[in-house]
Amino acid sequence: MLMTKHDARKNRSFHPVSAPDFLPLPQLRDLQLQRLKATVQRADDHVGLFRKRMADRGMTPQDVQGLADLAKLPFTQKTDLRDTYPFGLFASPMKEIVRLHASSGTTGKPIVVAYTQPDVQVWTNVMLRSFAACGLHEGDIIQNAYGYGLFTGGLGAHYGAEALGATVIPISGGNTQRQLMVMKDFGVTAICCTPSYFLHLIDQAAEAGVNIKELPLHTGVFGAEPWTESMRRRIEQDSGIKAYDIYGLTEIIGPGVAMECACQAGPHIFEDYFYPEIIDSQTGAPCADGEEGELVLTTLGKQAMPMIRYRTRDITALTAEPCECGRTLRRIKRISRRADDMFIIRGINVYPSQIETALLKVEGALPHYQIILTREKGLDVMEVQVEVTPEVFGDTVGALERLQETLTKSIETTVGLRANVRLVQPRTLQRSEGKAKRVLDQRKM
Amino acid sequence: MKVKQLSVFLENKPGALSRPAELLAKARLNILTLSIADTQRFGILRFIVAEWEKAKALLEREGFVVNVADMVAIEVADEPGGLARVLGALEKTPVNVEYMYGFTLRREGKGLLAFRFNDPDGAIEALRKKGIYPVRSVELFKGAEQ
Repeated sequence: MLMTKHDARKNRSFHPVSAPDFLPLPQLRDLQLQRLKATVQRADDHVGLFRKRMADRGMTPQDVQGLADLAKLPFTQKTDLRDTYPFGLFASPMKEIVRLHASSGTTGKPIVVAYTQPDVQVWTNVMLRSFAACGLHEGDIIQNAYGYGLFTGGLGAHYGAEALGATVIPISGGNTQRQLMVMKDFGVTAICCTPSYFLHLIDQAAEAGVNIKELPLHTGVFGAEPWTESMRRRIEQDSGIKAYDIYGLTEIIGPGVAMECACQAGPHIFEDYFYPEIIDSQTGAPCADGEEGELVLTTLGKQAMPMIRYRTRDITALTAEPCECGRTLRRIKRISRRADDMFIIRGINVYPSQIETALLKVEGALPHYQIILTREKGLDVMEVQVEVTPEVFGDTVGALERLQETLTKSIETTVGLRANVRLVQPRTLQRSEGKAKRVLDQRKM
Repeated sequence: MKVKQLSVFLENKPGALSRPAELLAKARLNILTLSIADTQRFGILRFIVAEWEKAKALLEREGFVVNVADMVAIEVADEPGGLARVLGALEKTPVNVEYMYGFTLRREGKGLLAFRFNDPDGAIEALRKKGIYPVRSVELFKGAEQ
């Protein structure tokens, strides 16, 4: 049998630094426990908020004797970072801190995170392992279109790619025409950006006279926002590359918390540095293996900002099933929704991913869309704006009205709620160059 | 026998029509005839131009979705009963009119009707049997230039 391009990449996807990905489980669990104990001790010694919460429970770091004891420890929430803004959760003195990053706060102050030199090394290590997992290696030319700056995406990917020995193009986000020019002229083989931005690049490529399928580009490392399998299919079909899901968050370290291997079967969590749990986001109770719930992460090797049981608000499931690639690291299911993205309309919980499913059922491909929530005469109204595509546009009013009606019905069956579907002209909905803004809540509460 | 018509999706909002109109004007593409179908929320601009491929490419480059449909143009005497005669020829055939619009070229006292049939070829055949001959594109645009 012929070896496909994909198989070939699978075979060479081992880099010596990836060794911890393949640790035998007993050894991995032992390492995790040692690091957990040290992390809890460090937080208790240096972080006032954590010490107080431990004391309130009558606990000391010595109460952590096994990994199961983790469930007894208090959660950390995003609000804790805001309440202690800017430096309240730091466990290292400023003279040991070599870097600060911040996440954009959509409401009020941002949250600030810190790294010591060894923390930067941990981050570089997991990012290097991320790139290696999807088959990148020295010689690859990586266009890093994550934003450089306070956002962790740019620098995180940059350090990992350099350590890998690849050639990094630190182009940062935005300026689509220049991105396409560089991609073509520099012979880029891999790109890092948000999946929605890459779709935007695909859209623009045709107009700029660039055929991505003919370029050497073969790999995309996409993250920083929830996306779906259908987006992956669209990306792979329209650009001829392999699209991999990378997961991370500023509060934990940035990108590189989890990454898909060549099997594309869900991101493997770099468990030697980040310990995952899944909980019921309403009750906080642990979920069984494979059950969907909120991802909770504990850092196992960070000095400047140890995070104990941080509630990510990301909804996923954890699987311990062995992966074909041989990694012993557990995988998370693709994160397609966030506990925060959920909106409640007329008492019904709705996730944007449900709307996507409904649109996809009708159109076969995911159109650009936006959900707008308003309140008219005390009643919540959901409008779904959908860009008309050449595939669904006919020349009769009847055809468009039928499309509108079919979309409305599909949403109603999927969500259990009637939405006003409004067809809009192509390219009229905002394309964010960073995270796609799917929901505009204009309700005045 | 068939004439290409372009349809463009427009949102029903002020100024929606100006942009495609300006684009065609700048490219010096002369619109032979147009019609607009609209609902409260959206509209469809339908028009016939000689260089339809050029117009289509231009509009698509600017982000519009464009549909191409085959129309049948029929010359009728500009007098009462002109339309009825055409429709009469299609009675008892499976051909349906999706929509139509009329316009005059002010030559020889005749009007032109542009029909969108569900089955353009079936319609042409049925009309011919009754001695009604659709106008060829070439003649149509020649007329427009005079």
